[in-house]
Amino acid sequence: MSVLQDFRNNVKPNWCPGCGDYAVLAALQQAAVKLGLEPHQLAVVCGIGCSGRLSGYVYAYGMHTTHGRALPFAQGLKLANPELNVIACGGDGDGMAIGLGHTYHAIRRNVNLTYILMDNHVYGLTKGQTSPRSDWGFKTKTTPTGNIETPVATLEMALSAGASFVAQGFSTQLQELTDLIVAAVKHPGFSLVNVFSPCVTFNKVNTYDWFKERLVGIDSIEDYDRYDKGKVLQHILEHEGLLTGLLYEDRKKRSYEEVSGLANNNQMQSVRKFTKAEFNKLVEDFR
Amino acid sequence: MQRNEITWQAGGQQGEGLESLGAILASVLSRQGYYLYGFRQFSSRIKGGHTNYKIRIATQPVGTLNKQCDLLLALDQDTLVNEALAVGENGIILAEKAIADFYTGKGKLLAVPFNDIAKQYGTILQKNIVALGCTAAIFGLGEDCCAVQLQKEFGKKGEEAVAANLRVFKAGMEFVKTEAPELLAEKQLPALISNEPKLFLLGNEALAFGALSAGARFMAAYPITPASEVMEYMVKKVKELGGQMLQAEDEIAACTMAIGASYGGARAFTATSGPGLSLMAEAIGLAAMTETPLVIIHSQRGGPSTGLPTKHEQSDLFAAIYNTHGDTAKIVLSPSTIEEAFCDTFEAFNLAEEYQCPVIVLSDLQLSLATQTMPVPEYEELVIRRGKIAHSESLAAIKTPEYFARYSLAADDGISTRVLPGTPNGICLGTGLEHDESGRPSEAKLMRRQQTEKRLKKMQTFLAHYKKALFVDAPYEEADILLIGMTATRSCLAETAEVLRQEGKKVNHVQIRLLAPFPANEIMPYLQKSKKIVVVEHNATAQLAHLLRMQVEGCPHLESILQYDGDIMYPEELLVRCKEVL
Repeated sequence: MSVLQDFRNNVKPNWCPGCGDYAVLAALQQAAVKLGLEPHQLAVVCGIGCSGRLSGYVYAYGMHTTHGRALPFAQGLKLANPELNVIACGGDGDGMAIGLGHTYHAIRRNVNLTYILMDNHVYGLTKGQTSPRSDWGFKTKTTPTGNIETPVATLEMALSAGASFVAQGFSTQLQELTDLIVAAVKHPGFSLVNVFSPCVTFNKVNTYDWFKERLVGIDSIEDYDRYDKGKVLQHILEHEGLLTGLLYEDRKKRSYEEVSGLANNNQMQSVRKFTKAEFNKLVEDFR
Repeated sequence: MQRNEITWQAGGQQGEGLESLGAILASVLSRQGYYLYGFRQFSSRIKGGHTNYKIRIATQPVGTLNKQCDLLLALDQDTLVNEALAVGENGIILAEKAIADFYTGKGKLLAVPFNDIAKQYGTILQKNIVALGCTAAIFGLGEDCCAVQLQKEFGKKGEEAVAANLRVFKAGMEFVKTEAPELLAEKQLPALISNEPKLFLLGNEALAFGALSAGARFMAAYPITPASEVMEYMVKKVKELGGQMLQAEDEIAACTMAIGASYGGARAFTATSGPGLSLMAEAIGLAAMTETPLVIIHSQRGGPSTGLPTKHEQSDLFAAIYNTHGDTAKIVLSPSTIEEAFCDTFEAFNLAEEYQCPVIVLSDLQLSLATQTMPVPEYEELVIRRGKIAHSESLAAIKTPEYFARYSLAADDGISTRVLPGTPNGICLGTGLEHDESGRPSEAKLMRRQQTEKRLKKMQTFLAHYKKALFVDAPYEEADILLIGMTATRSCLAETAEVLRQEGKKVNHVQIRLLAPFPANEIMPYLQKSKKIVVVEHNATAQLAHLLRMQVEGCPHLESILQYDGDIMYPEELLVRCKEVL
């Protein structure tokens, strides 16, 4: 049985003190323990940005890929190695700007993996530019007179892509976040966990307090039905996306692996030469 | 060596069944035992626009087209204006009656009402089968062998469809018998000497079959001319073998998925053309930096940008070798025959895993889209080699904070041991950043130098071991001329060399099969043994000549023969240009 210590690797994150990502890291590690995983059964695939460094801070197989492309890598990895638990991570620049297309298509495709998106509404590592999740009017070095592009509506986007699992968390709500990640990994399909993870250095608007004042847990909403897409969308619109919890789940949607047949027949790990009979049969096609 | 051969060609509008006509005829002839080389020219559109299909039929292997045309079927006006120019006095042209008057050449013209016959015995869509019948009559091909093929072709659509096509076919034969009996068996097919078992397939099929045979079970790709047939073959075969062909949202996703799958332990690849390769550049760097195996089949077409999607070119040489930023260690192979298309792709997977790097199999449109005869590959010669992979049995027990030294600097050959994710006691990190031996990001100066040298050392190790860098036909110690080419120009150069030798010239020929790392030492002796050196290539900037000058220290003077009009090269034309050089 693994314990929390097993997933810590003694590498000091280069995140600023107070960064929301520390909580995400802790939640991921706690979730791994709760799921009963051994470190070698977990692969963390990240993109580029502060949040992308996470793969270097967990003791597990880690891969730090290219900007916006963690999801294609993670999907390829999971399909090739179905026994592995694959968690993809990144920030809102990685997943909602350059990687937006891949995010959308990954949701559509529904390969069985978990995507933790650390949403701080800003680009941190490049020192404070507007992100596609920044509020209207947000002022930065590249938008000195205020952002004039509508923020990407992550949750609505995910639902429109046919997401089968949509959750949202907040860095100060560690227990809830841990449980959401556990549920996400257990879910047999693509699981999106968007986490409000404030950037203390470059986002002085969407701070911890700002989120605390506005976020509403779905447990406090009467008759919240996470299986009714229309109603869920309504709640999202009413609360401007500022909800936390397991927002939506489709228990009927089958994973890519199931629909494609890979769940029943996946021989990608056994690299072998054809038998003479197999080879001759394939050669026959060209006679 | 006089070749015993005959050339057939059909021209018409796209969407009129010309591809099918050529395919059926080629299958019939291949079954008979002939060596064939077929090449179709077409435009970037779905219906309409001119297309033509030319097949060279011989009793020895042929690897290119020439300018001959012995029997031409003209279903549209363009054919009579263009392709018909190649038909000499002894050639025969069967032209659609409605447009036959447009022909003003010296060949024997027979006006055939293809459309009317088709409508009379079937539908106008079957005019290509009428043409097949006429061809059979003039070639002296028996009805039976064609009937077998028609059964094979249309059997899925039901007995009635087969019968209808047979009727139309016979009508075509009948027309020649009654209207032009003097043409019956006028163009007799050459007598066969041997009938060893042969295969007849598309270049892209050979590439794909090579990948499948190497154990590739994951392909992620985005359709693009002229590579799409690779994914189309894979999707038909890979599922029952427990694999997957995934059509990704774009080439960046396709390449990155292949890298993820490969990291995960599967043999994975993608296939694309120039525009796709440009998109994949960053991902290729990721594979190189994380030392993850990756195979990319790249079939070149006219560039730059969207260029000429359906035309032949060899202008991605520099892109294939250099488009990834940074000092990137990668292998670029350039198969020059259909056999090499199969075995180089097979070998690419071995190399990618042994040297833990990207391997690009650089094909071109001519090689990818020509259909040609190939001997059955030798099963015994196929060997799968996976390189250094550690499994849990051989790994010492480790726990945090100890990592497996995935990028260990210990080995002299530059190759460290891989471990597949999921393996107990093998935990390691990977990153596109420069890193230490455990894969943790590192900016330390010494480590940076050492990791860079490690990656580049792998290429030196590979070059020292690789035996298939060049095809060499160089019998002369002091040649008058050395012809150098890459990929599909091989046979054109070979046939030109043959003619020049018959005329008393001492001609050596080298076809370069490895573009990166460059086999400078291996090619140097041939450069020194020749009075003149001509580098023949399909691009405007002499990329291969530049590569030679760059890589070969003390490279002698090189002449260039360049072609960049989108067409393939013909031996007759190359001969003229070579003589200008001599």
